[in-house]
Amino acid sequence: MRLALPTFDRPSLLAAGSILVILLAGSAYTLSMGGAATFLTPGYLLQQLQIASFLGLIAGGLMMVILLGHIDLSVPWTLTTAAVMATAVGGPAAIPLALAIGCAVGVVNGLGVAYLRVPSMIFTLGVNTVLQGLMVLHTGGYAPQSQATPLMAFLATGRVLGLPAAVLVWIAVSAVLVVILTRTPLGRAIYAVGNREAAAYLSGIGTNAVVITCFALCGICAALAGCMLAGYSAKAYQGMGNAYLLPAIAAVVIGGTHVLGGRGTYTGTVLGTILIVLLQSVLSVMQMPDAGRQIIYGLVIIAMLLAFRRAGGTEG
Amino acid sequence: MSDLRLRLAQNRGLIGAILMFALLYGLYSVLHPRGGSGPLLVQNANESFALVLAAMAQTLPVLTGGLDLSVGPLMTLVNCLASQVLNGGPADLALGIALCLGAGLLGGFVNGCLVVYGRVQPIVATLASGAVFTGIALLLRPTPGGEIDKDLSFGLTYDLAELAATFGLFDDGKAPWFAPFAGLPTPVLLVVAIVVLVWLPFRASVTGRGCYAVGSSEGAAYMSGIAVDRSRLAAYMLAGLFAATAGLYLALQTGSGNADAPQAAAYTLNSIAAVVIGGTSLFGGSGGVVGSIFGALVLRAISFNFRVFDPGSWLGALADPLLQPFVEGLVLLLAVSLGAARVLRVRNRLHLFG
Repeated sequence: MRLALPTFDRPSLLAAGSILVILLAGSAYTLSMGGAATFLTPGYLLQQLQIASFLGLIAGGLMMVILLGHIDLSVPWTLTTAAVMATAVGGPAAIPLALAIGCAVGVVNGLGVAYLRVPSMIFTLGVNTVLQGLMVLHTGGYAPQSQATPLMAFLATGRVLGLPAAVLVWIAVSAVLVVILTRTPLGRAIYAVGNREAAAYLSGIGTNAVVITCFALCGICAALAGCMLAGYSAKAYQGMGNAYLLPAIAAVVIGGTHVLGGRGTYTGTVLGTILIVLLQSVLSVMQMPDAGRQIIYGLVIIAMLLAFRRAGGTEG
Repeated sequence: MSDLRLRLAQNRGLIGAILMFALLYGLYSVLHPRGGSGPLLVQNANESFALVLAAMAQTLPVLTGGLDLSVGPLMTLVNCLASQVLNGGPADLALGIALCLGAGLLGGFVNGCLVVYGRVQPIVATLASGAVFTGIALLLRPTPGGEIDKDLSFGLTYDLAELAATFGLFDDGKAPWFAPFAGLPTPVLLVVAIVVLVWLPFRASVTGRGCYAVGSSEGAAYMSGIAVDRSRLAAYMLAGLFAATAGLYLALQTGSGNADAPQAAAYTLNSIAAVVIGGTSLFGGSGGVVGSIFGALVLRAISFNFRVFDPGSWLGALADPLLQPFVEGLVLLLAVSLGAARVLRVRNRLHLFG
């Protein structure tokens, strides 16, 4: 029985422990360099949560798809397309348009995966390329001359009662996703399809509808993140989503969601997201060159995955 | 007769890729003012080689039912390594090449160990190892540059006459019997050599057959006494070797090393597309390296065509460079959607859920 209260499974505990280790290691570093323990101040942590909320939104959506045993590689250009079109239209229609685009892309992905039975990795890859092509065409290959709307900027950088608005958005979206996963028939259907699609189908679940819904949710989350990222940097630009695909996959997987689907908790994904953002932040504060950052980043993911194997016991 | 039909049916993907390539490259040769001439062939072969090798590398893990997202990063790593070691005397060069190929094998071995002994899903294992490879590549070559031995570079990236002249073979390539072959692009010969000397013996070996068996049904392969672990490890190592060859060639071709992460990602994605177009099943167990070679050539032939469309004709509208990424994506989507034809033939819906 999955409850709405966070149930801490071993991957989540492992991720939470790693977050503490990173914070302590970072603090030890800044203290030894003669500074204060910057990493433990509320200001720094809130700022990190604000940055984490962009990745968290994407990872949350992606988790829906990964729980099915599929993957969505079209996230980078779904995000970019939504952001570019939203800033191009502007006004109050900007964000609804972006969400509609995200939803439409997700539905196309879902149709291809559910009805054409094309492996999701390939189909979403193709959709990603097509979206990239459309955006190159739309902008003529130049950086689009557009500005984020005030609402987008507020969602990304504004503050409500001292809390970053971005974090509040993340919390709101997370609440919706958690309710879907734990309290609705759709949530049960998602885990069922991820475990064994044939069995889910024979139990009377409309598996194709579940697949399409999950891809649509993933697209909407990516589009929302795109709007907020555009608000954060005041404009949309080509390739703004490219840096988010791999960290998002890593956040979901580090959080204990099984890549083959059927298993994983939302808490884990949130912890995985925070872990990755903190890791990136601490490494850049330590002025680690890009090369070292990549290596450590990869090694941490490998180490966590190997640690699961020991903790997880007899997994397929 | 039924034997022939069976063989045709089994190689439908490969035949489709060859026909598609023939059609696209034929169109290109007709439209190009110097179509079919030696230098143009050499140029096209050079532009295709790295992707062809990357596609070959991707094929092996896919055959076992896995995937290797580190093909591009490993290529980049070897490319950067090559730009450090490929100069000096003949002995240095030989050592350098051995070092590069060894690095590829080692990278593949690490991937294989993560998948086989670490029991990590291939897609995440290679995602993470790819980040590490990119990092090491950046360490080796923080900014693009480096020096590659010019003779080696010219010898291996032009035609056979140049190769023979560089290494003083066959009277510097002027022997009369050598003339018919002299115009053959060296990269083409290299690919054929790799297929004949590495791939065909591997496929015929117990380990190679094991790769197919593991991809078809791991449980059945294990029960039949196939060394599942060894086959899988070998698949990733051979993938590493092919990726290293691609990186090495890229270094020879460009004369430098460049730790370009976006380019690495593009090679990885295109290699997967090439494998699919070449008729290898993403679920594992069927297909082969030769199909992937033609899959890669199809992708390259598509982009060649964009260069020669007459701007005045209706095809010219397609030749707009701004349209190229869009059309490439559409072709990929259409190619994979063609595979959906099997959905229509399935009699029992349960068979869809594999």
